[in-house]
Order: sequence, then C-alpha cells, then structure tokens
Amino acid sequence: MEEKRTAHQALVTRVLEGDGRASRAERRAAFDDATLIEPLRGLISKVAKHATQIANDDIVAVKEAGLSEDQIFELVVCAAVGQATRQYQNALAALDVAIREGS
Amino acid sequence: MRLEILNSGYTFGTKVLFAFIQLASRRPVPDAARLVFYRADFYGDPMKKITHEAMRGPSAWSVGDRELMAAFVSKTNECEFCIGAHTATAGGAYHDQARVEAVLSNLETAPIEEPLRSTLRMLAKLTREHSVEAADIRRALAAGVSREQIEDALAVCFAFNTTNRLADAFGFFVPGPKGFESGAKYLLSRGYK
Repeated sequence: MEEKRTAHQALVTRVLEGDGRASRAERRAAFDDATLIEPLRGLISKVAKHATQIANDDIVAVKEAGLSEDQIFELVVCAAVGQATRQYQNALAALDVAIREGS
Repeated sequence: MRLEILNSGYTFGTKVLFAFIQLASRRPVPDAARLVFYRADFYGDPMKKITHEAMRGPSAWSVGDRELMAAFVSKTNECEFCIGAHTATAGGAYHDQARVEAVLSNLETAPIEEPLRSTLRMLAKLTREHSVEAADIRRALAAGVSREQIEDALAVCFAFNTTNRLADAFGFFVPGPKGFESGAKYLLSRGYK
C-alpha cells in the first residue's frame, strides 16, 4: 500500500515541481482546475470534468492563444493528474473515517 | 493524436524502438504507449511506476480483477480506447471474456463475487460523482473487502481516472479488436513498466 502512495506522490511532485515548459504556477493552476484565463481555462476544465467533450477546436484555440504544444501537453497532464488526485485523496480520507468509526 | 509532438516529437532512439515494436507486433504502436514515451521524465516514467504497482504489484486482487476495475472505471468515464484495451486484457487474464462483458453490461446481475461487486460499485460512484463518503466505504467493508483491498482498488481507480482523461484529451486512436488483443497480450506478459 505504501508503495502506491509513494509512487502517486512522486508523480504529483514531478509534474508540479520539476522542470517544465509551462511555469510552476500554471501547472499548479491546471492541477487545481483554477485561476486560468480563456481559452486555456475551458480546456483544463473539460479535462477535469468532461474529457469526452474535448474537441480539436479546444486544442487549436489554446495554440492560437500562444501556448506551445509542450506547454499544452504539460498542462493537460497536470489537469488530469489533479482531478484524479482529488478523487483518490477524497476516497482515502473516507476510508480512514470508515475504519476509525468502525473500530 | 491532437498534439503533433505526440505523433512525431520523439528522440531517434524512441523512433527506432517504435519501429521495432511495430515490426514485432505487426501493428502500429498504441497511442497509450506513445504518450508515456513522450518526454518520459515528465509524466511517462512516474505514471508507469504507479500504474504497474497498482495493476501488477502485490495485492489480494487478481490481475483479472484489477483489469476489470480498469475497464469498469473506463466505462464509467466513457473512454472508448481504455474500455477496449482493458476489456480485452481483463478477459485474457480471467480466460473468460463473458465474465467481463457481463459486468460491463450490468454490474448488479453479473455472476461475480460480492466483494468485487461492492468494490466496483464504490469505484463507479467515485468516478461518476468525484467523491465518496465513509458510508460507501463501509458497504464495501461489510461485503468482506479488506482495508488493503480498498486501498489497492483506489490506486487502480486513480491510474485510470488519469489515463481516461488523457486518452480523450489527446484523442487516442481507437483500434479494432485485433489491435486490442495485441495490446492485451503485451500488458499480460509485460505489465505497465
């Protein structure tokens, strides 16, 4: 179990704090699905909540706004890892409560 | 894929590796593999580590159970690529494709063990609603699932809630049945390393 939590934390630390083409602040905002300007905000929000609705135009709009493909790659990864992390941590916290209350 | 860097932005060594894989498998390199090879130090390497640990590391869940969870989470997220990939892999791991199809068709009537059914129910809620409560976890515990099994299932869920989003965002090509069969054989023999 500990290996999985450690591996998860290593992934989060790498995408947020390691070297990247997008700034750390932008990666953190994408991870948190917060405080980004359009059209990037729309793309990141779809990654987090409605990934099946993403279309070519969403990517094109962000490129036309001046982001490089590497920056888009990083920010989309951060958005996906961020949303999945919130769900993972919510469930682990619920597990802790269930175990504590059950004992 | 929607980003040109994910189609052609690889180092010479990776391009040679892709050519070798394509020659050996007689199939295009799946987009899931291409994604983890692109600037692997940023995402691919750390993601492969947690995915392999979740899917092939020590667990009371069988490989088939964990691949079924991957398929089920992907179905909940409506991720076409991952549904196909992990339906095929779960069926191969169980040597029973009908069992997998039954779960994906109707979890409540599928002929599976109650602890697995209860865990899949909880994963579906987490994936669909983005959160669960202690009561949801208690129902799985009451069905005979251990704390360790729940943690293991949540790690599988994390991996595929991430991968499903990236498959849809980057626009993974969805191959036909032969492509998924080929991928399933690879995942069952090599895992996610």
